[in-house]
Amino acid sequence: MSNAPVDKGRRRFLTVATSVVGGAGALAAAVPFIASWSPSVRARLAGAPVEMKIDKIEPGQLVRTEWQGRPVWVIRRTPEMLESLSLTDDEVRDPESDQPQQPEYAKNKHRSIDPEWFVAVGVCTHLGCSPQFLPRNFGDMDGVDSGFFCPCHGSRFDIAGRVFQGVPAPTNLVVPPYHFIDDATILIGLGEDEGAV
Amino acid sequence: MIKRFLLALALLLPSVAFAAGYSGPLDRADHDLSDKASLQRGAQLYMNYCLACHSMQYQRYSRTFDDLDIPQELGEELLQFTNEPGGHKTSAIDGDASAEWFGLTPPDLTMVARVRGADFIYTYLRSFYADDSRPFGVNNDVFENVGMPHVLEELQGTPRRVEEQRMVDGEMKDVYVGIRADGNGTMSPEEFDQAMLDLTNFLVYTGEPMILERQRMGYFVIGFLIVFLILTILLKKEYWRDIK
Amino acid sequence: MSRIMNWIDERIPFSNSLKLHVTQYPAPKNFNFWYIMGSLALVVLVNQIVTGIWLTMNYNPSADGAFASIEYIMRDVDYGWLLRYMHSTGASAFFVVVYLHMFRGLMYGSYQRPRELLWIFGMLIFLVLMAEAFMGYLLPWGQMSFWGAQVIISLFGAIPFVGEDLTTWIRGDFVISGATLNRFFALHVIALPLVLVILVFLHLIALHEVGSNNPDGINIKKPKGSVPDDEKAPFEFHERYTAKKDIVDAIPFHPYYTVKDLVGLAGFLILFAWVIFFAPTMGGFFLEPPNFQAADPMKTPEHIAPVWYFTPFYAILRAIPDKLLGVIAMFLAIVFLFLMPWWDRCKVRSVRYRSTLHKVNLTVFVISFIALGYLGVKPATDVYTIMARIFTFLYFAFFIVMWFYSKNERTKPLPERVTK
Repeated sequence: MSNAPVDKGRRRFLTVATSVVGGAGALAAAVPFIASWSPSVRARLAGAPVEMKIDKIEPGQLVRTEWQGRPVWVIRRTPEMLESLSLTDDEVRDPESDQPQQPEYAKNKHRSIDPEWFVAVGVCTHLGCSPQFLPRNFGDMDGVDSGFFCPCHGSRFDIAGRVFQGVPAPTNLVVPPYHFIDDATILIGLGEDEGAV
Repeated sequence: MIKRFLLALALLLPSVAFAAGYSGPLDRADHDLSDKASLQRGAQLYMNYCLACHSMQYQRYSRTFDDLDIPQELGEELLQFTNEPGGHKTSAIDGDASAEWFGLTPPDLTMVARVRGADFIYTYLRSFYADDSRPFGVNNDVFENVGMPHVLEELQGTPRRVEEQRMVDGEMKDVYVGIRADGNGTMSPEEFDQAMLDLTNFLVYTGEPMILERQRMGYFVIGFLIVFLILTILLKKEYWRDIK
Repeated sequence: MSRIMNWIDERIPFSNSLKLHVTQYPAPKNFNFWYIMGSLALVVLVNQIVTGIWLTMNYNPSADGAFASIEYIMRDVDYGWLLRYMHSTGASAFFVVVYLHMFRGLMYGSYQRPRELLWIFGMLIFLVLMAEAFMGYLLPWGQMSFWGAQVIISLFGAIPFVGEDLTTWIRGDFVISGATLNRFFALHVIALPLVLVILVFLHLIALHEVGSNNPDGINIKKPKGSVPDDEKAPFEFHERYTAKKDIVDAIPFHPYYTVKDLVGLAGFLILFAWVIFFAPTMGGFFLEPPNFQAADPMKTPEHIAPVWYFTPFYAILRAIPDKLLGVIAMFLAIVFLFLMPWWDRCKVRSVRYRSTLHKVNLTVFVISFIALGYLGVKPATDVYTIMARIFTFLYFAFFIVMWFYSKNERTKPLPERVTK
């Protein structure tokens, strides 16, 4: 052992410096491992916008399609269905759609671009089950015959996908970005003026 | 400076030669993966002349367009023959039909540059010559009796083996001096060589599309590790002053 | 903080184990360059396990999907190429450090009494590592994967009577197929890594039980009471070590060897990163060109050679002009290494104090090993085959000659204390 006194300050500085640099390196090394869990190119491309023909859909009918691996509903609402929205206004949690569950252009009473056409991601905002569409016999509210009911935990949504009070689901159903290419075609996954994803 | 050094080290590695039974000299493909214009020209050649038979099933169109600075819409319009967005490049003919025509299914070429090396491809593409004894009327200097027609003949012209009288050991002899095109192609010999270099460049790119990203990241990682090494040396010296 | 530590220590011997194996473990103070390989092997093992786990997340172990899933990892998964190159480079790095580690053991007699079991655990690690690497190499399902596995599995066909049935049983099919791939996958990702980790644990326990050897090959643990106080190593060591022995010339593993190993680690990582980022195929030695082609059971690549770390043994196999004898010779090459503690009957450990004959013998052995490795990559021409036979002979001669001369070897006098 040398008799020279140990320079404690230098030793501590070097220990801290090496630890900090080594720690930063370890953090940087973790990046690839964490990043590799995000959706791969294949998954991202599977999320490309989906075109759908809507000219054959009857009033009151729901048609499903797949976008980003999730069910997307397109419903052609009848005038009675649209009228029922006034009746449910007081019963739902978020009547004005203040929560960002829809694009700006669908933040309105009917939660859609065209009142007749309702487009939504068919996934319950509670724990991810896909709710059932009940075109009639929805419940005991007068004038409200249709809506969505989640079989998993009993959440209920009106025909604009607004969640009722007193059920487990916290927010309204998600409206995806979409726009009408022409009268017979709708593009799900991309708004009118948005660039490619 | 350090960049050059690191890359040069990689180039010094002895390569295990795996060319198709050919062990003669190959022309050096002096290609440049950062030359986007060359890659674009190579991609275009591939789409027009190769993809009809040779699929490129592991490389996506969308990635090619991104990496080569080709706008997506333009690429889809000019280069993409399948409709599926982000699809892989599959060939136009199906495997069974091609197996009948060529005797075997033309191989997928996504990673041909990793299997055979850039030099082989570059030399191979420029080594076709007219040979009436072969079914397609051509043979290849570095791939004897290859079962592939010379699809680039309209560019190169009809290539022929040329022999010239040369003095060898005091005697005049016919000596094989190389392949010359007849001049009936749309490209001059220099243009054709450049085009084949572009095509080779593109194939090196598709074999490992992340090469440039990988190297860029490598400079940072090694730079960082050198700093770390210096610190650890100082730390070790500091502690080891205790010993003895 | 100390209250939490106390709480833990009353329930599990955490602090005590840390002292016993790290902060108060007496390591000889004269370790040189060769002594970082063990730590590095541990680092590479961790790298292989972690990157391996991440690769399985996107790998598809089926004959139809394996090759494409590798390219999926390389192209579509964020940083997938990096994870894969870390794993493939790690495989070769593992053998680099393990071979150097073994050479260190041979040089300084680290296999000699009382470290025989330590050596045998190490050899078992080497053996399992070879199996692990071989099975891992099938998984990309490229041409080399397929035909390499074909050749190696066929080796078992040389065994009399049961050979053919045995190879079929190993493959689970009459050719290498999805069944083979799936069982190799299961063994590669869970069974063998588990065995490997257990063996590494035993290797370390055995090491700490007998204590580390050193480049002088002399004991740093002297009989109790034989060393005056001012000669003892001036550090606090765990009483497990000091109770029965007086310890000289030792330093605690931590902090002295942790900081020294950090230097080695940084240097190693620079080389490792250089390969990953600038030469991931290492000129065709770490990733072989034909393996970028999907497996084709109809067509063998023109030149097949195993990955570089198997080539010395492969060259021995090829050097013997008889299938069964060749296989036996190859396995004996490894068995002989296992028996190192008994071939060497000398009492002096380190090559520093051994006879010239021993130095020559060891040098010839290393040259033979490297030469066989080189010949294993090359095609078997006449000249190469003769050379392979000569070096195979020299490889085995190393052990046998040693058995004769080591009993009464003329050695140099050993120092009392380790030298700098």
